[in-house]
Amino acid sequence: MDFSSGPQNLNPTIYERTEERTIQASDYDNDVTDEIDRREIFDLIRTINDPEHPLTLEELNVVDLDGITIDNQANTVQVQFRPTIPHCSMATLIGLSIRAKLLYTLPTRYKVGVNIIEGAHIQENQINKQLNDKERVTAALENNHLRAVVNRCIVPQNS
Amino acid sequence: MLAELIELQEFEASEDRIWCVAWNPTGTLLASCGSDKVIKLWGREGERNWVCKSTITDGHTRSIRSVAWSFCGNRLASAGFDAKVSVWERDGQDFVLQTTLEGHENEVKDVAFSRSGLYLATCGRDKSVWIWEYNEEENDFACAAVLTTHTQDVKHLKWHPQKDVLASCSYDDTIKMFVEDNDDWTCASSLESHKSTVWSCDFDVTGKRLVSCSDDKTVKIWHAYEKNNREGIRSPSGVYPVWKCVCTISGYHTQAIYDVKWCSLTGLIATASGDNAIRIFREEERQQMDAPPSFSLVASNTHAHLQDVNRISFNPKEAGLLASCSDDGTIKLWRIEQRPS
Repeated sequence: MDFSSGPQNLNPTIYERTEERTIQASDYDNDVTDEIDRREIFDLIRTINDPEHPLTLEELNVVDLDGITIDNQANTVQVQFRPTIPHCSMATLIGLSIRAKLLYTLPTRYKVGVNIIEGAHIQENQINKQLNDKERVTAALENNHLRAVVNRCIVPQNS
Repeated sequence: MLAELIELQEFEASEDRIWCVAWNPTGTLLASCGSDKVIKLWGREGERNWVCKSTITDGHTRSIRSVAWSFCGNRLASAGFDAKVSVWERDGQDFVLQTTLEGHENEVKDVAFSRSGLYLATCGRDKSVWIWEYNEEENDFACAAVLTTHTQDVKHLKWHPQKDVLASCSYDDTIKMFVEDNDDWTCASSLESHKSTVWSCDFDVTGKRLVSCSDDKTVKIWHAYEKNNREGIRSPSGVYPVWKCVCTISGYHTQAIYDVKWCSLTGLIATASGDNAIRIFREEERQQMDAPPSFSLVASNTHAHLQDVNRISFNPKEAGLLASCSDDGTIKLWRIEQRPS
């Protein structure tokens, strides 16, 4: 990946942020079974920073609530994301950041799939295959340089 | 179900992912390795209990992806994401570093000794397969060939049970067979049918059939048609056997299949999958000689581990004894009990 050149999409459209979740009384009640839902998955990834712009993936509409599916019986989570432009060279890095954030925060029982929304990128098949090869993802996250870049994306900035 | 998969023992081997388990040729030691950069050797203590007999910690600086035994059992090789292959030699109860093989550009994914003991093969992310030749006088390995036929990451290697023929599985969705031809190593055939990454393959006891598993959630059985076969299947090269997919096992796995093994003692096929399951398949008896082969699921455990099952290994001496390892950091030993059908 080449990080040296300037941003590719110089003037991205900026979208509104979702309102913060309102806390319910039952959220503090340990007797209430409260399974992880789509909104919680979304909250984990919406604050991920774009690698190029001082904006979050939510503000760039790269991720939205509709792109998330969770099945607590099957322990599967599917995240679909939309690169801002169809030839975005950062698409793999963005997908890797989403994967890393979920890997570091979700219980290990979940099987996570991260994919580009169909038709949103010229190399979607290649990128999807790479993002879902756990051996390559593991090796990438063992690489100090790449891990530092991913960590800069997934650590929330002061907003 | 016509068989039962009974859990015998569980070892909490690591806090991290265990990538590989491999029995030595006499079935007395099980080697394991993983993301914690440690190789462990497990052996019997008493009749039933298995314990960690020794630990090798100084081999690699990154995850150890796989370990393999030489056929004599006196050597162990390990492949690391640090681009290195280490060869360990038995010294009494311990294994000491014999040599380190360097040459791959980045992550080495697999290593395998040939049955003849003449060769060691390695493969990795740099899309290449390296063949190393053993030199007895110098007690070292020298590179005999660098094969760049695959167009992507090479995941797994398997030597033929009798001949110096090597099978390699790749992210390019193919399996390739390599043979030595007039001192040169060459790709003898390419097996194309899987729709995604081929994670692993194994020969049957005769070496005439191969089983493979893939990210496409299927298992495939391949048959080698030799020159002048009676079925009349022509080999494109005119020299090397042609491998044809004769059976696809689909609909059982819900995630990628990371490993498949064909037991040389029982003929059973076992799979390790990203859906946490271990499944056992048995070949149906054929009604007619020329009917295509078919396999049925005879046993399974869909909660074999808490996370992905990465590799399995049939004990080569004790029929039905199976080892498995997982992302959950555990290694398990299983016994497969077959019931008469």
